[in-house]
Amino acid sequence: MASSSIAGSLRHRANRGVLARLRGGDEISYLVTLACAVLVFVVVVLIVAKLWGNSQPAIRAFGWDFLRTSRWNPNSGNFGALPFLYGTCVTSAIALLIAVPTGVASAIFLAEMAPPKLSNLLTFLIELLAAVPSVIYGLLGIFMLLPLIRSYLVPALKGTFGFLPLFQGSFYGVSLLSAGLVLAVMVVPFIVSVSREVLLAVPTEQREAALAVGATKWETTWDIVLPYARSGIFGSIFLALARALGETMAVTMVIGNTPKITASLLSPGYSIAAVIANEFAEASGDLYVSSLIFAGLVLFGLTIVINALARILILATSQKAAAA
Amino acid sequence: MSNFSRSLAVLALAFQLVAQTRLTGAGATFPAPIYQKWFAAYQSAGNVQINYQPIGSGGGIKSVTEGTVDFGASDAPLTDAQLATYKAKNKYDVLLFPTVLGAAVPSYNLPGVTGELNFTPQVLAGIYLGEITKWNDPKIASANPKLKLPDMDILVIHRSDGSGTTYCWTDYLSKVSSAWKSKVGVANTSIEWPTGVGGKGNDGVAGLLKQQEGAIGYVELIYAVKNKLPFGRVKNKSGEFVKASLMSVTAAAAVMKEMPADFRVSITDGAGAGVYPISTFTWLLVPAHYADSGKAQAVKGFLHWAITKGQEQVESLEYAKLPKTVVAQEEKQIAQIR
Repeated sequence: MASSSIAGSLRHRANRGVLARLRGGDEISYLVTLACAVLVFVVVVLIVAKLWGNSQPAIRAFGWDFLRTSRWNPNSGNFGALPFLYGTCVTSAIALLIAVPTGVASAIFLAEMAPPKLSNLLTFLIELLAAVPSVIYGLLGIFMLLPLIRSYLVPALKGTFGFLPLFQGSFYGVSLLSAGLVLAVMVVPFIVSVSREVLLAVPTEQREAALAVGATKWETTWDIVLPYARSGIFGSIFLALARALGETMAVTMVIGNTPKITASLLSPGYSIAAVIANEFAEASGDLYVSSLIFAGLVLFGLTIVINALARILILATSQKAAAA
Repeated sequence: MSNFSRSLAVLALAFQLVAQTRLTGAGATFPAPIYQKWFAAYQSAGNVQINYQPIGSGGGIKSVTEGTVDFGASDAPLTDAQLATYKAKNKYDVLLFPTVLGAAVPSYNLPGVTGELNFTPQVLAGIYLGEITKWNDPKIASANPKLKLPDMDILVIHRSDGSGTTYCWTDYLSKVSSAWKSKVGVANTSIEWPTGVGGKGNDGVAGLLKQQEGAIGYVELIYAVKNKLPFGRVKNKSGEFVKASLMSVTAAAAVMKEMPADFRVSITDGAGAGVYPISTFTWLLVPAHYADSGKAQAVKGFLHWAITKGQEQVESLEYAKLPKTVVAQEEKQIAQIR
């Protein structure tokens, strides 16, 4: 289809003057936007190709074992990325678990309930949060959040859910839980600001119709507005998830950087992005460097898999909604 | 020739002149402050301009091997394999020049303990192996008879990023403890730690130390001094507890009986009066041959300046000076650069 349109545009070109074509702009805008879209595609392909090429020594040496083993020993040349994969998934899950309900709830308040002036002010502040550099979040995490977690959150968790293996063992401040909490703060702005825009874009007629048939304000929001905006809200969550999976600086400052897999969220862990940032500059030897690049490829793969799963989820829920 | 093309030619010539008198280097972060100071001072004295990028020792070794910089810098001496790779790729050798000395010190957060802790090699190895887990362990107490040590868990902190400080620290532990050597292995900039948590950079380790009572971590001496972190004395091979200082670190290099011709030497676990045992050189990595003879002359001039006049500046930044014997031996190696 694209090629026939180009061919068509070329045929037109013969019949029209240059100025006329510039004024009309159809062909030019088509070609310019096409070039931009192709450029994005090319960049992604180049990244994957480069990662794949440079991780060949590690792929040959470890294969799938890279994803199944948990030793990371630069001295003996044994590399397994399972603890990093685990840490990345767990911290992102904690972050979403906290950020999604909080973020969507605040977006509902800002879009549906708050007076416009207050809504604009709060939105401005929340979007400001998204612009804070991640190293600042890391520092705030170490010096403000960790003491609070140690003195209040951990005793409370141990007191109520202490029987779960998730909240056992000693707590040193840096941990999967701390990293997840810092990530939650970092990704909330994405969810709030995108979800609010999406909710505001829901046509007023939808609300008026619901109110006209006797629905309360909350029923309108919950049953009409939210389902209408669902795919946009999901989009904001994926954006947040992508940020959480790839976040490096803030995570490495509070996660403890220990490549071990433990059931307890209170113990230190490690993430893929953090290990690459920590070790890449000083890594020497082909296998070591290529293992770190392989870890990057794994993170890329993980992002694709999660995105695909999310899309399937949207598709499934929207079909169910359509059937109902 | 038009005016335009003439001015273009002049411009090109000017760029060429600038290019001839400019060197680039990359590598270790630990000596970066003194290198930057040296390069600025050297240039303002009317010499070549030198750009240095502190990208890490591993990056420095890579860059100099691939010839993307004029010289590299590393906190760890090159291995035999790295030297062989260099020679295979470039047909000639790379020379190592010690420039200054640094040290790693054990810092801690122990509330209620006043006075400096004494650490024996066995205690440090035991703590970092995860075998000594309490501060009132008899092994720590016997080295510190005057102190009242709390019944508190030890949290071990190490560097999470690859670093020359880690190289120095693990070099020391693998020398003083056979258990460490067999379980963990030899010195490296990153290793598989038996226990503890990692902090990114000296500041990351210091941040964790401040946060957690009962924590112990190693940091660069300069960093500990500048940030007034408490750190303990370490027992050297002669049985003396020595606190790291500019003097005790230089002493560690001065007592070296035989400096190998290629300067690839570890000075950890040294013996002698006033020797701090967790000390290390840091090196510049310089090709033995430059295709451009102007560059060769520029590098030789700078190296000579750095190990003589440049040494007068190092202590203001808390680096330890090279001993005189080492300087004399380096002068001979400078003559080998062609």
